[in-house]
Amino acid sequence: MTERETIIEVKGLRNSFGTQVVHEDLDLAVKRGEIFGVVGGSGTGKSVLMRSIIGLQKPDAGEITVFGESMIGRDEEEAKHVRRRWGVLFQGGALFSGLTVAENIQVPIKEFFPGLDQELLDEIAVYKTAMSGLGVDAGAKYPSELSGGMRKRAGIARALALDPELLFLDEPTAGLDPIGAAAFDQLISELRHALGLTVFLITHDLDTLYAICDRVAVLADKKVVAVGTIPELLALDHEWIQEYFKGPRGRAAAAINEREEADA
Amino acid sequence: MSVTTDLSSNVEGGKCVLRFSGSLTLLRVRRLSEELGEIEAENLVVDLSDVEKMDTVGAWLIHKLERDRGATIVGATEEQQLLIDHVTGADQPVKIKRDYVSPFQRVLGQIGASMMLAGRTMLGLLGFFGALLITIWNIIRRPRRFRLNAVTQQFEVVGVDALGIIGLMSFLVGIVIAEQGAVQLRQFGAEIYTINLIGRSALKELGVLMTAIMVAGRSGSAFAAQLGSMKLSEEIDAMRTIGVSPMEALIFPRVLATVLMMPLLGFYAAVLAIVGGGLFCWISLGIPPVTFIQRTREVVPMTDLWQTIIKAPVFGLIIAMAGCFQGLQVQGNAEEVGLRTTTAVVQGIFLVIVIDAFFAVFFTEIGWT
Repeated sequence: MTERETIIEVKGLRNSFGTQVVHEDLDLAVKRGEIFGVVGGSGTGKSVLMRSIIGLQKPDAGEITVFGESMIGRDEEEAKHVRRRWGVLFQGGALFSGLTVAENIQVPIKEFFPGLDQELLDEIAVYKTAMSGLGVDAGAKYPSELSGGMRKRAGIARALALDPELLFLDEPTAGLDPIGAAAFDQLISELRHALGLTVFLITHDLDTLYAICDRVAVLADKKVVAVGTIPELLALDHEWIQEYFKGPRGRAAAAINEREEADA
Repeated sequence: MSVTTDLSSNVEGGKCVLRFSGSLTLLRVRRLSEELGEIEAENLVVDLSDVEKMDTVGAWLIHKLERDRGATIVGATEEQQLLIDHVTGADQPVKIKRDYVSPFQRVLGQIGASMMLAGRTMLGLLGFFGALLITIWNIIRRPRRFRLNAVTQQFEVVGVDALGIIGLMSFLVGIVIAEQGAVQLRQFGAEIYTINLIGRSALKELGVLMTAIMVAGRSGSAFAAQLGSMKLSEEIDAMRTIGVSPMEALIFPRVLATVLMMPLLGFYAAVLAIVGGGLFCWISLGIPPVTFIQRTREVVPMTDLWQTIIKAPVFGLIIAMAGCFQGLQVQGNAEEVGLRTTTAVVQGIFLVIVIDAFFAVFFTEIGWT
């Protein structure tokens, strides 16, 4: 594998809430074009890590660079052009409740490209809505009229509105039915091929890990204990990793993956 | 990004070839769609071989040329073709606009909806009152289900914690009434009647009414917000599933605390208003406290205090019920919690003033003037 450009680099990150230390001396590097999975038990600070990288959580110490630019201590105006290059999907979708789904999708486009005519904006909203697998009448609905899974899809549509180079996904398939989750995996991997997306993916979904992740980072003991492809991780002698991937659910997901590869 | 998209068109063998180069992305799409609009030729061939970068918006533009003008696409790389196919697959008749409703129809609809809402709310409150009575009956039959801890905690929140603000407010209102009254009465040389004004209005109306407004703002809103967020996080459903009645565990303690605290707070407010007025009389009008107290005892009949003591629990009941009822109506999202909280306060204060008017007429009729 040729050495690719590093998109996200985290060095010596430390995060704490009060006396509780979440991250201590955490290092991480995500390369261009890969789908980078992050796993870890509940409360190991996966979401906090993502929030630190996108600048919502000010770390106590450490260095974070995204697209080669330092993200710590930047003012909002400077960070704006970096923000334009990424899309974020929050756990609950985080849609703006006063706007319809279509308007939600148009918000980032209007913010960064003012002056696009409404007709084109509407067309963009239409195909983004359809692309993220929402039904034909979802575009005109308000978030409160959608189910949890639909909200998540609408959130993805908004995250993809600017065709970002980098996509942050916080448990995207949680709460989706298996069909929807599989369709989502496929959507991400297709978009990755077509757009050259880099994806930072927090997940508990073993099927997603097997199906689309190139590399997986394991968060435990306040830091990243291992990074690698799933076979590489399986070879490691770490109790939590072994339990995670070789537990009943891990084995089932692995079996499905093998079967699919055999079929292909 | 310095890469620009260039679009060149030339006619080759009866076909108009559109050659895109550079980056075909959202950044350039505005200019491109304008330029494309100017080209009117038929038989389009789109050549993408020089395109370095394309995103979904670019793909959408190409797809539109293909769909609307029958253009043929050549020179697309595998990735670009994949992207175009993806966008093509997403070209479905998705509805993104709400159906248009004429303003007349909308206003008419809003009036109807608010009438129905008002009716439903009244019915709901009535039903809620019924449920509360049943709960009270159940607790009377099985006193062990009475939650003393919850009730005393609400005593503190509704009553004790409110002492400071209600006291200060009443004290200041007392001064204001005395000051305004003195200015007017001085014109008749009847400054001494300021004491009548303060004593009677504070004990009969002001104390309890101002308290009710403050309690509605402090506690009624808190009830609605607490119960609303508990409803959102499905806490109340969980409670019900476990077999704990939310009426008994959450609503009854709040209602009881408010009903019992209101007379105490109302009396306390009246006393402090009189103290404020007395202080003003002493400093400004030179009426010594002894005279003030003596005259107050002469001119304020006991029935004024009874009025406050009778009205206060009713106001408390209304405020607590409006707060709890609105809190339980929360559905959907967090925004609703805010709306319901506002409604609880508005409804509580409105109903208190309406009932107060009825009380005034009633007490006058029975001779408690």
